[in-house]
Amino acid sequence: MEHIISVTVENKFGVLSRVAGLFSGRGFNIESLSVAPTLDPSMSQMTIVTSGDERIIEQIVKQLNKLIDVIKVVDLNETEFVSRETAIIKVHTKDVDRAEALRIVDIFRANVIDSTPTTYTIEVSGDPKKIEAIINLLQPLGIKELVRTGRVAVAREPVRQAAVQAKKIARE
Amino acid sequence: MKLTGAEIFIECLKREGVKTVFALPGGVVLKIFDTLHQQKDVEVILTRHEQGAGHMAEGYAKATGKAGVCLVTSGPGMTNVITALADAYMDSVPVVCFSGQVPTNLIGNDAFQEADNIGLSRPCTKYNFLVKDVNDLAATIKEAFYIATTGRPGPVLVDIPKDVSQNVAEFVYPKSVSIRGYNPTVDGNKWQIKQAAEAIMKAKKPILYVGGGVVFSGASQELLELAEMTQIPVDMTLMGLGVFPGEHPLSLGMLGMHGTYEANMAMHYSDLVIAIGARFDDRVTGKVSEFCPHAKVIHVDIDPTSIRKNIHVDIPIVGDCKTVLRELNQILRATVNGEQKDLRKPWWDQIREWQRAHPLTYNQDNDGPIKPQQVVKRLYELTKDRDPIVATDVGQHQMWAAQYFKLARPNRWLTSGGLGTMGFGFPAAMGAQAAFRDRLVLCIAGDGSIQMNMQEMATAVISKLPVKIIILNNGFHGMVRQWQDLFYNGRYASSNLGTTPDFVKLADAYGAVGLRVKKVGDLDAILKEALATDKPVIVDVPTYPYENCYPMIPAGGCNHEMILEDPPELKMKQSGGAKVTPEDKDTVLTA
Ligand SMILES: Cc1cc2nc3c(=O)[nH]c(=O)nc-3n(C[C@H](O)[C@H](O)[C@H](O)COP(=O)(O)OP(=O)(O)OC[C@H]3O[C@@H](n4cnc5c(N)ncnc54)[C@H](O)[C@@H]3O)c2cc1C
Ligand SMILES: Cc1ncc(C[n+]2csc(CCOP(=O)(O)OP(=O)(O)O)c2C)c(N)n1
Ligand SMILES: [Mg+2]
Repeated sequence: MEHIISVTVENKFGVLSRVAGLFSGRGFNIESLSVAPTLDPSMSQMTIVTSGDERIIEQIVKQLNKLIDVIKVVDLNETEFVSRETAIIKVHTKDVDRAEALRIVDIFRANVIDSTPTTYTIEVSGDPKKIEAIINLLQPLGIKELVRTGRVAVAREPVRQAAVQAKKIARE
Repeated sequence: MKLTGAEIFIECLKREGVKTVFALPGGVVLKIFDTLHQQKDVEVILTRHEQGAGHMAEGYAKATGKAGVCLVTSGPGMTNVITALADAYMDSVPVVCFSGQVPTNLIGNDAFQEADNIGLSRPCTKYNFLVKDVNDLAATIKEAFYIATTGRPGPVLVDIPKDVSQNVAEFVYPKSVSIRGYNPTVDGNKWQIKQAAEAIMKAKKPILYVGGGVVFSGASQELLELAEMTQIPVDMTLMGLGVFPGEHPLSLGMLGMHGTYEANMAMHYSDLVIAIGARFDDRVTGKVSEFCPHAKVIHVDIDPTSIRKNIHVDIPIVGDCKTVLRELNQILRATVNGEQKDLRKPWWDQIREWQRAHPLTYNQDNDGPIKPQQVVKRLYELTKDRDPIVATDVGQHQMWAAQYFKLARPNRWLTSGGLGTMGFGFPAAMGAQAAFRDRLVLCIAGDGSIQMNMQEMATAVISKLPVKIIILNNGFHGMVRQWQDLFYNGRYASSNLGTTPDFVKLADAYGAVGLRVKKVGDLDAILKEALATDKPVIVDVPTYPYENCYPMIPAGGCNHEMILEDPPELKMKQSGGAKVTPEDKDTVLTA
C-alpha cells in the first residue's frame, strides 16, 4: 500500500544521500521525494511517497528514525492529511489546438504560465489523479516536456484541537 | 590556547581516554603523525595494512568495551579500511576511524589520492563527518566518540582534510553532547516489562536467546541472576558467547546453523522465547515461517529496527539490556517461588534427554590424523585457568572454536559474525593484546583466513604483541569444501588450498616462533611450549582435511531438522571411496 512519510531532517550537506542510500541499500521503494527548508532554516522537510506492506513500512519508519540527521518521522497514513503535487507541462499548440488547450486549463483550474506562438506552458496542482487526468487530456495535443514536483503533504489538524482553537478565537 | 588541528586531534584522544591508535601514514596525515611522534600519551601501533588497523581497533574495542581508534590516509588508505568498517558495522563494534583527506580547496577535483571518503563509508558506518573547518574539529571528535559508543554501538568515520590538521584554532573540548536527532532509549517501557514478567511466570518451556547486545550492555550479571532465579535455559548466539558461563548447567551453548542439538531443539519447541540483545539473524532463525512455531516472543533490544525486522514479536521492549533486566529481575524476585521450578521440570527433563541423545561428538584415533575439535578442546583445557581472550577467523575452525571453547566471561571472544570476514582474527587478537599486554590472547585461525592478514605478523613482532596463533590447517577452505561435499556433489571448485606456505618457516621469517604438531600425541606438549613463549607464535596443526562441522542446519532449513553427521555417501568417499581426486589425496597424505 502507498504511504506518505513526512521527515524532518537537519539541513546540512549529505543528508539527502543518507536518506536515498537507506532506501536503495535496503531495497525500499521511493515513488517520489521532495525536499525544501522549513521555517527554521536549520531544518528541511522531506515528503517521501513509498509503498510496501505493514512490516516494510514499519521498518522504513524505524530506519529513518535511526538516521542521526533525522529529527522527526511521521507516517501520514496514520492520520488524516492533505497532499498536493504540482506539474509543469509544455504542450505543442497549433492554431486549432490553442483554444482546446485553454479549455482544458480552465476545467482543471490550471494556469498558463508561459506562451509562445507554438507552445503553452501549463502549471497545474492537485492530487495525483487530477494531474494524471490533465496529462491524459493534453497528450493528444503533444506534450513537449513534463516535470512534476512529487507530492508534498501535511497532517490535518486533529478535529478536536481545531474546534478548541475555533472557540478560543471566537471568545477573543 | 591556540592549537593546530593535529594537536587538537591528540588532545581530544587524551580526553576520551584513548591510549592506543592503530595507524598507517600517508601524505595528507603527515602533520598528524608528526605531532603524534612528539608526544608519549597516545601510543601509535604501525600496522602493515589499513584493514589490519581497522580489525585491531575492533579487537581492542571488543576486549575493553571502549572505542577502538584507527587512523588512515586518504584514497587507498581509506579504501583499505572499508572492510573493517563494514565488519564493525555489522557486529555493532564501537570504532572511531580517522581518515586523511585532500586539502579542502582541492576536494572534488580528482586530486592525488582523493576518494569520496564520506560516500564510500556511508553505508558501512553508523555516522560519518567531514571536518571542513579546524574550529569544528574538537566538537566533531567528541560527537564521533559519543555516537560510536552509545545506543547500538558502531563505527564512526571522521574525515580530516590536510589543511584542517595544519590550521590553528582555540581548543575547547565540549563537556557534553546533544544531538537532536539522536536519543537512544535506555529505559524499557515499564508496562511491557511487566507483561514480560507475567509471560515468564506462565511459561512452561521458556528459553533465553541472548546475543551481542548483552555483551555491549555489560549485563551478564543481570542475565545470570535472571536465569538462575527462573531456571530458564540459555542459548547464546555466536556473538553472545561468554556472556553466560559456557560450563554453567543452565547453558545449552550456541544455537543456530552450527549450534548444539539441544539449543536448537529447545528453541523450536519452546513456548516463550526471551530474546535479549540478539537480532534474529538468518543463521539463527533458519526458515522464518517455521521458526519457533509454538512460542510467544519477548524481544529486548536498544535498536527499534532490530525488533520485528525478521520475525513477529509479541512483547517488544526497546531499551538497554542491563536496565531492562534489572527491572525485570526486580519484579520476578517478588513473585518467583519453588513452584515455577516444579512447573518447568518436564521441560528440563526433555532438554536433558536431547543433550544425552546428540551431544557434540567427534572421533579422535590415537594414531589417526589430528581432529580439529581435539585441538580446540585441548587448547581450552590447557588455558581456561588463564582466562584467555580468544579470537577466531572465519570458517569451520570458527565454528569448532564456538562449540568447544567454553568461555566463562564476556569480552573474551573476538569473532566476525555478521560480515564473516576472513582475516579478522589475527589483527583483532593483536588489538586486544595491545589493550591487555599481560593477558593470554589466542587466535584460532584457518589456513585460508590467516593468509588474508598475514602481513600483520611484522606488526606483532615489532610492537611486541605476543599473540598465540593456532592454525587448524586442513589444506582447504574447509567451510566451502563442506558445502561442496553436502550440496555440490563433492566438486571442490577453488576450495583446495594445498599445503603452502610452510607456516613454521613463515613465522621464522617474520622473527616470530613457528611450531608444528606432527601427531596427536604431541599436541599438548607443543601447545604448552607455545603458551610458555613470550613472542608471537604460530602453531601449525595439520588436521584431518575432510572433517565436517555438525550439527548443521542447511541455509533456509528448519531448526529442528539438523544434519548430525556425514551422510553415508560422504563417509564412503572419505574412507578412500571413489570420488577423491589425486589432487585431493595429496592433501590428505601431506596433512
Ligand atoms: C561461518 C559463520 C557461521 C555462523 N553460524 C552461526 C550460528 O550457528 N549461530 C549463530 O548464532 N550465529 C552464527 N553466525 C553469526 C551470525 O551471522 C550473526 O552474526 C549472529 O547470529 C548475530 O548475533 P546476535 O543476534 O547476538 O547479534 P549482534 O550482531 O551481536 O547484534 C546485537 C544486537 O543487540 C542489540 N544491542 C546492542 N547493544 C545493546 C544494548 N546495550 N542493549 C540492548 N540491545 C543492544 C543490537 O541492536 C543488535 O540488535 C555465523 C557466522 C559465520 C561467519
Ligand atoms: C574475505 C572473505 N572471503 C571469502 C569468504 C567465504 N568463505 C567463508 S569460510 C571460507 C573458507 C575459510 O577457510 P579457512 O580459513 O581455511 O577455514 P576452514 O573453514 O578451513 O576452517 C571462505 C572462503 C569469507 N568469509 N571472507
Ligand atoms: Mg582451512
